[in-house]
Amino acid sequence: MSNTNEATPPERIPVMQHILDNPFLLLFLGVAMPTVFYIVWGVMEIVTIPVAK
Amino acid sequence: MNTLFRTCPQSGLQFDKTAETLMKANAVAGVVFLLVGGILALLVTLTRWPAVHLLPADTFYMTLTAHGIDMLIFWIIFFEIAVLYFCSSTLLRCRLATPRLAWLAFALMLIGSVTANVAIFRGDSSVMMTSYAPMQAHPAFYLGLILFAVGALVSCFIFLGTLVIAKAENTYEGSIPLVTFGALTACIIAVFTIASGAIILIPTFLWSVGLISHIDPLMYKTVWWAFGHSSQQINVSAHVAVWYAIAAIAFGAKPMSEKVSRTAFLLYILFLQLASAHHLLTDPGISSEWKIFNTSYAMYLAVLASMVHGLTVPGSVEVAQRKKGFNKGLFEWLRKAPWGNPVFSGMFISLIGFGFLGGISGVMMGTEQLNLIVHNTLYVPGHFHATVVVGTTLAFMALTYFLIPVLFRREVILPGLAKWQPYLFGIGMGAFSLFMMGAGTLGVSRRHWDIAFAGSPMAYEYPATAYLLLGLMAVSGLVAMVGGAAYLLITVGSLLWGKKLEPVSYRKETVPLRLAPGAPAIEAHGGVGVGGFAAPGTFVLALVFLVSFVLYYFINWKYLSQTWGLS
Ligand code: HEM
Ligand SMILES: [Cu+2]
Repeated sequence: MSNTNEATPPERIPVMQHILDNPFLLLFLGVAMPTVFYIVWGVMEIVTIPVAK
Repeated sequence: MNTLFRTCPQSGLQFDKTAETLMKANAVAGVVFLLVGGILALLVTLTRWPAVHLLPADTFYMTLTAHGIDMLIFWIIFFEIAVLYFCSSTLLRCRLATPRLAWLAFALMLIGSVTANVAIFRGDSSVMMTSYAPMQAHPAFYLGLILFAVGALVSCFIFLGTLVIAKAENTYEGSIPLVTFGALTACIIAVFTIASGAIILIPTFLWSVGLISHIDPLMYKTVWWAFGHSSQQINVSAHVAVWYAIAAIAFGAKPMSEKVSRTAFLLYILFLQLASAHHLLTDPGISSEWKIFNTSYAMYLAVLASMVHGLTVPGSVEVAQRKKGFNKGLFEWLRKAPWGNPVFSGMFISLIGFGFLGGISGVMMGTEQLNLIVHNTLYVPGHFHATVVVGTTLAFMALTYFLIPVLFRREVILPGLAKWQPYLFGIGMGAFSLFMMGAGTLGVSRRHWDIAFAGSPMAYEYPATAYLLLGLMAVSGLVAMVGGAAYLLITVGSLLWGKKLEPVSYRKETVPLRLAPGAPAIEAHGGVGVGGFAAPGTFVLALVFLVSFVLYYFINWKYLSQTWGLS
């Protein structure tokens, strides 16, 4: 039995699982997405509204 | 490290002693705010019932502000912190990171919540939970919210730190369990939510003490909703995690596909928070591109994720039940489910109510054009009482019935009442939400003290049906409140007078037992089901859901088309 263990290469972990297993990468994604698409984009539209004279 | 552990003889779960006390403290603080918020709900409901019209206008707005904040922020988030600690330290069988800091966080949250309440009940902070500038509250109102938010943020990082410890100390194998992954999703959304809250509330606080001269209302509203709406998404992720946990606890059910469920949580992490934009659908100054991207293209991916969870949770229950021999026809598994166990019935009513009432109405309202029909009407609180009360609150109530013996080591008192509690609360609240949405469809405003406009020069006359619907809403609200009171009586009573379960001893080391809360998990889906489907009953339920959804959606487009005649 121990022979077979040595013979098989370590199980390859799929990329997706690597992503899902990394809480800090997920944290980055979960903060970056809404910051860019909601806050930054939204705030840019608001600050470019021309001021009434 | 002087960490002490105990193993629960009922569930096999292992508790770190400090984490255990912290969970208790946070859960109890949450329940106290549920009590306060519940009393306020009674006053608010009796005022919006035109036949009773209990409070004078200024007290009504003060009470409504307090009800919104105590329920939506304090009750829910205190309880969620308990859930985060449970899903990390307990489910991963490891010590909690920095327990001292966790106590500091708890203290900040407690001081913050009391401060905000004092500010509101002084009477000069009746700015509603949304506190839109240029309405100004007392500085203590903003300060309280900021302190609370900082405490909650620290707790989120303690959760993340605990994940790191569990990995370093090898207390679990492979990936974190799905329930913990759901809690991680909630935690990530919470970090963004609380950061947005700080970005907007700190300047608003400075403005209230006179250090800043002006807060732009649209800027306030945009950033505030990154906080206000995303916090609802913490709730969704947390209660979905609780659904999975309860399916595992009550049935030993295993998720139908870990991969699919985790991917659905990933969709939440990426897209759920963008939906905050639906609160600005009628605001000029922001482009339709921004509105449509954030509320449809992105939001529908998150809605898809909710549908996945709504399908896989009952699906896994169905498979588990069929394995136990309830394999006849489409629905024997559901008929023979433990409907008398409030842990299960609460979870299932939460799931159905959230999906059918909250989900469908949410997608309707989140559509830019359709939003115009119901914007700022009672439809809106109708929708979110279905999501955050039937969905989140009821799921947390169901979990409590599990936690009383396991965490608090007490027997649940009044088991006969406990059996009925989820039905009273869930069905009462479901009807309450429906009647509110009905009144909203007729145009009745939310947060409105007197829809009769007595004595006002520009009155508007609502149809008699609106008055009828408000009456029905109030009566169903009262039924739900009886259910809420029953919950409070049972939980508080059990902690005070429930029979103590046999004492447990604490030891220094963890038991490297691998995660298996409740019954042993079921291995594969082979051999059960009808016509090649492992979960045909759930499939039929999903079709019913889809048909109701599509019909309702198009009925509203028809409605919209009749708002302005073209000829
Ligand atoms: C039996 C339980 C409850 C009843 C009968 C009830 C009733 C009501 C009523 C009548 C309103 C006023 C709607 C309006 O005039 O616009 C309201 C508002 C609200 N409720 Fe509840 N509620 C209950 C529980 C909850 C819970 C558990 C939560 C949160 C977890 C919650 C969150 C809110 C929020 C956020 C508002 C809006 C406040 C605002 O407009 O600023 N409610 N509720
Ligand atoms: Cu929202």
